Amino acid sequence: MGRVGPMGRLARAGPALGSAALTGVVRLWRVPRWRGRTGADRDPAAPARWEVVTVDRPPEQVLPDGRWPEPLRRLDGAVEVRVRAAPGDRGTELAARPMAGATPPTGLAAHLVGDDPHLLVRRTLRQVKQRVEAGEVLRADRSALDRPEVRG
Amino acid sequence: MRALCWVAADELAVREVPDPELRNERDVIVRVRRSATCGGDLPLLAGRDPLLRAGDVLGAEFLGEVVEVGPGVRRHRTGDRVVVGASVACGGCWYCRQGLHSCCDNAHADPASVDPDWGRSDAGCFGRPRAAGGFAGGHAEYVRVPYADVGAFRVPDAVDDDRALFAADAAPTGWLAAELGAVRPGDVVAIWGAGAVGQLTARAAVLHGAARVLVVDRHEDRLRMAERHSGAEPLDYRRTDVAAELRDRSGGRGPDVCVVAVGAPPPDRFGGRSVDRPDASREAVHACRKGGVVVVLGATDGFVDAFPLGAVTDRRLTLRGARRPDLRDVPMLLDRMARDELRTEHLATHRLPLEHGPQGYELFRDRADGCVRAVFTP
Ligand SMILES: NC(=O)c1ccc[n+]([C@@H]2O[C@H](COP(=O)([O-])OP(=O)(O)OC[C@H]3O[C@@H](n4cnc5c(N)ncnc54)[C@H](O)[C@@H]3O)[C@@H](O)[C@H]2O)c1
Ligand SMILES: [Zn+2]
Repeated sequence: MGRVGPMGRLARAGPALGSAALTGVVRLWRVPRWRGRTGADRDPAAPARWEVVTVDRPPEQVLPDGRWPEPLRRLDGAVEVRVRAAPGDRGTELAARPMAGATPPTGLAAHLVGDDPHLLVRRTLRQVKQRVEAGEVLRADRSALDRPEVRG
Repeated sequence: MRALCWVAADELAVREVPDPELRNERDVIVRVRRSATCGGDLPLLAGRDPLLRAGDVLGAEFLGEVVEVGPGVRRHRTGDRVVVGASVACGGCWYCRQGLHSCCDNAHADPASVDPDWGRSDAGCFGRPRAAGGFAGGHAEYVRVPYADVGAFRVPDAVDDDRALFAADAAPTGWLAAELGAVRPGDVVAIWGAGAVGQLTARAAVLHGAARVLVVDRHEDRLRMAERHSGAEPLDYRRTDVAAELRDRSGGRGPDVCVVAVGAPPPDRFGGRSVDRPDASREAVHACRKGGVVVVLGATDGFVDAFPLGAVTDRRLTLRGARRPDLRDVPMLLDRMARDELRTEHLATHRLPLEHGPQGYELFRDRADGCVRAVFTP
């Protein structure tokens, strides 16, 4: 596991590095358990839906050395990842979904996404895409609200 | 710094706001020399965008001088005089690499939350609400420009500020309309709306070789201007039967290409659309020749009732739309400006200091005193 499989074929990728070697952001989460989006008519035991982005670069650039790119690596242990070459030279389809049994992140990430793990997964995939395609993750303008020195 | 801020519906004010700063490696900071009003600002001004917040800085079209450069910027240095495209786009996603900058995937600071449909977001834009992927606008002393290598363009010395300013948005939009319409030599092109965008669409159609260009509006001064500067034939819809006139002037065929550049009409007092005349896009669909192209520009209302879909299928029309231009045409348009093929300065009918921004918008909104664009100098 860890390396991206042959191009054009569905490959399930795990992070190449063991989580111990990673950033330390990954915690052993407990409650609540991650599930798919809950809804009155949905089976709570059903696996979560995949979130997917297409990154306009070949898989070897999206996952250099077959490793999960940052910031996806921070979700090691909490998400499953699926990678395949997109048809028609459109790059790489990178998918992730919350893993059953994992618990959501604590700290800042949890604060940012409330209790919707899908939002964190989407945001993470989008950031991977921006880093690969644009070379940076675009930050919003600082709003007047962010800055106490605003004058009237 | 001083900036023109939205305060409430139909209320703007020039206020002291914090200076912008470099937030990403590919940013530059531009000291503004000129900024212009735009038809797309009017729904914002009227308070029709629920995401707009008091204090948001307006202004999609601006030009200035680079005063700070992020470490990831390659093409610009301090002192460059640049015009900045209204769209914010990364240059590296699939859409940007196809030249479709207005569809950029990476131009929102937080796409996952502004884009609940996951993947539908379009390019960022200056002077639009931050919660809609917008960035602080150009009616200010300074502006932060993300992805500056992609969206800021050095202005040739031969082109002065008043002309180059329109390479930010109105001129590329007009050019885009002619390209989307695939205007060819000998075509008859009809354009609804004689604002700056409609007039520059007329000029782009002429430069594409159109044999006849007709512009429809109700403002005499704008129609005259389109006639004088773009060689268009004016049609005042208050005085003429537009459909009959278009038929006559195209030998009974109908125009080959119809462009709608009118903006969204203000809602009537019941919150619906004003019904004093037919919707311009409906009129365009009915007028267009068989197999022709109808191009709809700009911020139209999300839904238009009684749309003649049957006419689209019966007559094999192609319907194309765009809300904002791509960036790829800006250097070519600046070259045409340098060669005097494209003149735009007449559109700046009112030049005012930024301090008079609120009055400038009032003139522009009311089309008072022949105002086509109010241009501000900080
Ligand atoms: N697609 C893009 O890339 C892009 C870029 C910039 C602006 N725009 C849009 O283009 C449109 C025009 O911009 P502008 O700055 O020239 O606007 P503007 O408000 O200055 O001018 C619009 C003109 O349309 C006329 N008009 C309104 N209803 C009409 C009708 N039914 N028939 C004929 N004429 C009618 C008005 O009288 C006015 O002269 C706006 O919707 C704006 O949002 C699009
Ligand atoms: Zn892009």
